Amino acid sequence: MAVITLFGVAVVVFCLLRVVPGDPVAMMVGPAASAADIAALRAHYGLDGPLPLQFLTWLKAALVGDFGTSITRHQSVLSILGAYLPATIELAFSALLVAILLGGATAVVATLLRQHRTSAAIDALNGVFLALPDFIWALILVLAFGVAVPLLPLTGRIDPSIDVPFATNFLLMESIITGRFAVAGNIAAHMAMPTLALALPLAAVIARVLRQALNEAMVQDYVLLARIKGMSELRLILHEALRNAVGPTLALTGVQATFLIGGTVVVERIFAYPGIGNLAIEAVINRDFPLIQGLVLMFGLIFILINIAVDLTVVALNPRLRHV
Amino acid sequence: MSEVLLGVHSLSVRADGGQRILRDVSFDLAPGEVHGLVGESGAGKSTLVKVILGILPRSMVRTGGNVVYCGRDLFTLPAPAFRALLGSEIALIPQDPLTALNPGRRIDAQLTDGFRLKQRLSWRDAEARAVTLLEEVHIREPRRVMRSYPHELSGGMRQRVLIAAAFALDPKLIIADEPTTALDVTVQKQILRLIHGMQERHRTALVFVTHDLGVVAQICDTTSVMYMGKVMEQGPTERLLAAPRHPYTTALIAANPRHDRPESGLKPIPAAVIAAMRAEIAAGDANG
Ligand SMILES: Nc1ncnc2c1ncn2[C@@H]1O[C@H](COP(=O)(O)OP(=O)(O)OP(=O)(O)O)[C@@H](O)[C@H]1O
Ligand SMILES: [Mg+2]
Repeated sequence: MAVITLFGVAVVVFCLLRVVPGDPVAMMVGPAASAADIAALRAHYGLDGPLPLQFLTWLKAALVGDFGTSITRHQSVLSILGAYLPATIELAFSALLVAILLGGATAVVATLLRQHRTSAAIDALNGVFLALPDFIWALILVLAFGVAVPLLPLTGRIDPSIDVPFATNFLLMESIITGRFAVAGNIAAHMAMPTLALALPLAAVIARVLRQALNEAMVQDYVLLARIKGMSELRLILHEALRNAVGPTLALTGVQATFLIGGTVVVERIFAYPGIGNLAIEAVINRDFPLIQGLVLMFGLIFILINIAVDLTVVALNPRLRHV
Repeated sequence: MSEVLLGVHSLSVRADGGQRILRDVSFDLAPGEVHGLVGESGAGKSTLVKVILGILPRSMVRTGGNVVYCGRDLFTLPAPAFRALLGSEIALIPQDPLTALNPGRRIDAQLTDGFRLKQRLSWRDAEARAVTLLEEVHIREPRRVMRSYPHELSGGMRQRVLIAAAFALDPKLIIADEPTTALDVTVQKQILRLIHGMQERHRTALVFVTHDLGVVAQICDTTSVMYMGKVMEQGPTERLLAAPRHPYTTALIAANPRHDRPESGLKPIPAAVIAAMRAEIAAGDANG
């Protein structure tokens, strides 16, 4: 199933790239090149011959892990992806974590206060957060913490003046594991705004769906019985209701996690964060067909992996599904 | 009655629309005794249970009366003190075992809650106590049941687990709201016998809610017959069944299907009895 999806994505992107205007080779060589030079370059990048043949050539190479060479960077697509993907993984995971913590805490507090007037205020505020997309948050954050109160670095992933060797491209993780906390702090500061921009819309969705699920769970008989066992309200929410509310919430918000990955494209661009989202925009501007093709497949693969992970977690969380 | 464990005094409850749900309900319960609450559907039995346990839904308000447990007025007790009573001294056996267990928690977790939270036992000690409890409610393979989730157990098994949970901390008072109506007829009798046996062995006072006068005859020392939120007749069960003083009690006894022949069905309550009773209740409402 996943393979068929990826194949479909590959075909569609391949065709789309060839019909949109813009010739990468012409952009590369400039007006002075001879027709023979251009033809040679086309052949080099697999851009000659009829479309189906081009695709088959690409597919044959891709199946053995060769996604071609970037037209603008003259490096293998795979090595470029390997260099940029870790930055995006770190960003996306941080955003996911922040969104879950923020959304979860909001839902729990709103449930705790559900008979109180403040609960309506939380809902209203959450409604605002639901309405604002990630790139608007990015702009708001830039204005707030980059311009008005310049607390956080505006762009990049790490201060260029920091000159420490890294063994991997997982800069944040590596700094934490190796105990270089000052460096980790600097990276975290750079990631703060893009992380928040990506996390806030997802947090709002999680808060709303989880709140709803918690409200439903809190009126169940088993919560009533637990209350009669003398459990406190917070304990009822965390120990009795939450575990039954997480599954439905995950099933409903799992798709939103893929939106978060999509959001990295614009958000990384705004903060000049060197991840695959930023790379994708650059590749499109340059009509770097092999790179675009590789990137799109990469995004497709990530989406599929997220969906599988969500499905598996939903099953793992539900004792009724777990044993069958 | 010498000593009173639970005293319910002139309890009145209204729905937020103003309708009376409970009308001036009173009864006393001595330690180790069983009080039956009988009445048709809608008589207010569950509402009475909910007021006592402090879980009245928001759509209802208590308009008068109080509940005294061991000399303490439950409604003026601070919330933490009330929570401390719940579970350790007062427990509930619920009506529907299919919904009363948390589907996401294993039986061992749910059954050891009281030991761990109230008695601060370690997980191991709590687990050992829980296994003993399961043996006491005649569950075979208690260790396997401990590791199960509720959906892996039958309704009767779940009700046994809930009974075990109610008796866990040896409370002085257990309230059972129709604990057998959701079960198969064959299981009903076993569960009833189990509750009765446990209650006698632990000397627990019991408020037992039921529709069934046959059940009342078997286990209740004293009984209140309720209709439309009002106690129509109250007294020692033997006297009440042998020589009923209120026409409604007489009609209920006559209407009750015989235990050995449930297919003989319910006889309806005569319309004249109902009309007289409604007039009596309306007169009471006008005075009160
Ligand atoms: N949440 C509520 N708000 C308002 N009225 C309610 C509510 N729940 C129940 N009632 C009404 O209160 C009355 C008593 O209901 P209650 O559940 O206490 O009866 P019951 O004797 O337990 O009946 P059953 O034998 O069916 O369990 C009924 O007339 C019912 O319609
Ligand atoms: Mg009821």
